[in-house]
Amino acid sequence: MPTFVYMTRCDGCGQCVDICPSDIMHIDKTLRRAYNIEPNMCWECYSCVKACPHHAIDVRGYADFAPLGHSVRVHRDEEKGTIAWRIKFRNGKKDMDLLAPITTKPWGSGHYDLASVPAPAKDMVNTELLYNEPKYVAMNENDLMTLESNGLEIKEGVYY
Amino acid sequence: MGYKTIIEDDIDILVAGAGLGGTGAAFEARYWGQDKKIVIAEKANIDRSGAVAQGLYAINCYMGTRFGENNPEDHVRYARIDLMGMVREDLAFDMARHVDSAVHQFEEWGLPIMRNTKTGAYLREGRWQIMIHGESYKPIVAEAAKKSADKVFNRVCVTHLLMDEAKENRVAGAVGFNVRTGNYHVFKSKTVICGAGGASNIFKPRSVGEGAGRVWYAPWSSGSAYGLMIEAGAKMTQMENRIVLARFKDGYGPVGAYFLHLKTYTQNAYGEEYESKWFPALQKMVGKEYLDPEASHTTHRPIPTCLRNHAIISEVNAGRGPIHMVTMEAFQDPHLEEIGWHNFLGMTVGQAVLWAATDVDPKYENPELTTSEPYVMGSHATGCGAWCSGPEDVSPDDYFWGYNRMTTIEGLFGAGDAVGGTPHAFSSGSFTEGRLSAKAACKYIDDGKAEGIRVTDAQISRRKEEIYKPMETYTVGRNEIVAGSVNPNYINPRQGLDRLQKLMDEYCGGFGVNYMTNDKLLSIGLKKMAILGEDLDKVAAEDVHELLRAWELKHRFLTSEAVFQHTMFRKETRWPGYYYRGDAMKVDDENWHVLTVSRRDPKTGEYTMEKAPLYHLVGDIEDKDLAKLKAEGHH
Repeated sequence: MPTFVYMTRCDGCGQCVDICPSDIMHIDKTLRRAYNIEPNMCWECYSCVKACPHHAIDVRGYADFAPLGHSVRVHRDEEKGTIAWRIKFRNGKKDMDLLAPITTKPWGSGHYDLASVPAPAKDMVNTELLYNEPKYVAMNENDLMTLESNGLEIKEGVYY
Repeated sequence: MGYKTIIEDDIDILVAGAGLGGTGAAFEARYWGQDKKIVIAEKANIDRSGAVAQGLYAINCYMGTRFGENNPEDHVRYARIDLMGMVREDLAFDMARHVDSAVHQFEEWGLPIMRNTKTGAYLREGRWQIMIHGESYKPIVAEAAKKSADKVFNRVCVTHLLMDEAKENRVAGAVGFNVRTGNYHVFKSKTVICGAGGASNIFKPRSVGEGAGRVWYAPWSSGSAYGLMIEAGAKMTQMENRIVLARFKDGYGPVGAYFLHLKTYTQNAYGEEYESKWFPALQKMVGKEYLDPEASHTTHRPIPTCLRNHAIISEVNAGRGPIHMVTMEAFQDPHLEEIGWHNFLGMTVGQAVLWAATDVDPKYENPELTTSEPYVMGSHATGCGAWCSGPEDVSPDDYFWGYNRMTTIEGLFGAGDAVGGTPHAFSSGSFTEGRLSAKAACKYIDDGKAEGIRVTDAQISRRKEEIYKPMETYTVGRNEIVAGSVNPNYINPRQGLDRLQKLMDEYCGGFGVNYMTNDKLLSIGLKKMAILGEDLDKVAAEDVHELLRAWELKHRFLTSEAVFQHTMFRKETRWPGYYYRGDAMKVDDENWHVLTVSRRDPKTGEYTMEKAPLYHLVGDIEDKDLAKLKAEGHH
């Protein structure tokens, strides 16, 4: 289901061009609006649809197996932390609204800068521990597991 | 050509490709290298790049030691049986003992993870999977990587690794071009962590025309993880181990939550259970160690993914297709129905669009399943990738050469699809592998292993010329014809891709031949591959966007060549349901209970193949249920 762009809604802002993982949303040089230059490299991932501030981008199912007349629309809201979907069937018999959270925190507020946390002690580099470990593995004071701690050996050959 | 050369010098850690693996690497590198220069080069935009761009509805690798659920060795045993024994158990154990700490950080960053309201534990979909509202999984994780990196170069497609000219077989950075401006980018770096992706679209897809982008793995997964490393001469492992997926037909919507959480099941076109009747004959092919339905029934031990595919393929060939997913029971529960739809919207919107377009309401109709075309990758139920060192405290000598997740090229590390022999890493495990390689890369630098790297201008100019050659080819050849895409001097990237896909399908075991190949087909295929390789020197690009496609194609080609070589080398049918060697239709543990390792000589392009020993974890704490069965004399 390649994407397409409605002529009257697109203002050529380029948000879709900026986000498309497949590099297929480009600006038409004459019309100065976005369009999908390579539908058969479109994964219908909806990244551009979600990013468009004008809801100018929609999807029409792949011509080789999807009949016309359906609609799956989306509104992603980082401030509210939600994504809202509406699915409409071709025969009109099903029309669903679905809502899901996309984050539990104000956008970006849960992240930290590892350049400003206390640096690891010198000998830490020779352990198997990563940042915040061992605590974050099981959220307790246990050490990181090893073959020895778990009563294991690693041996060559067929052992089942 | 009027493109600028932009040199980024003095990099300590270059992350080439920032999906889940690369973002994990960039994030962690800052902790162990607070004063180090960390740079990301990504061909798309890291907010929505890699396999998780669209989102995920589950994290498929989480131990839950915190809730007393699984230990790392349980994961190893699971991955081992699912892959018919062919796993780097040191790497799998290592990933599994760290993966929970990554997931707990994701939650801290704002990723909504569902909870079991009764126990307070994460809501399990199956033994290994936890359910998330993961539409923004990638942007949330990318945020952490952006905080750690000094610079992020979005829209720079890395085409080649730079090699040190002072010391052989040591990496020195990477080069590529900006897919928008066309500028040439040179990254001089002490280490490179390859976080690039596995390969979709190398076997002919079932979809045709416009639908060719509706592949299971993302169409931008161009096998660059392998293309970059193979070209530089890194050893690869298990490249024959392509994966075929049983998925909802055409849309390739995921089935995990349907099977595990919604408790849907499959049946043939006539409403019959079909799987069990194929198992006795299949057991003769693979042996009871690998297929024991009774043991699987009474324990958590899964029936390997490939063997379940085999039952579907066999039943369809017997004329009783299609296979249906029985959804009509579960979907009567409105809550489960909603989960079924959310599952698609969270990670494969296309399946929802397809059902809306075809009026398939799973409440009233059981949707069709199909087996996909094969894919080459290393983080799902398959383990293609580079031959990497494991951790010091786990790995046997055969598997250890100094730095965790370092490839056989000094200073070149891998994460995610790039690392071979580590299936079932999925998103969280790939991120974890990135963290492990980042720490190891920092240590490598601090140990003085990256001193005295020399990159000459000659190497930089040679690569530049090579990168832009497709545009040169176009400019020269285009004027000979009036118009159109047919030209005697070149092929365009799409034409080359079509040829590659047809070749892989027909000679290397694609869906078009029911996943069947043999030594004769493979040797014909390899001859045709060599000629395709020559023609790819004449691939033409009309603009910078097509230049991106040209380089993706070259990476896909290098990946495919390795798949051919490995498939030829392993003379057995190890994974029926992924592919079949018609001339050796059995699992052959006597000769092939080994990992396959290849190296392509960067100078000659010649392949050498070798067998590497398999090491297995053994210990007192076996899977409890399985131990009980063994005690009762079942095995």
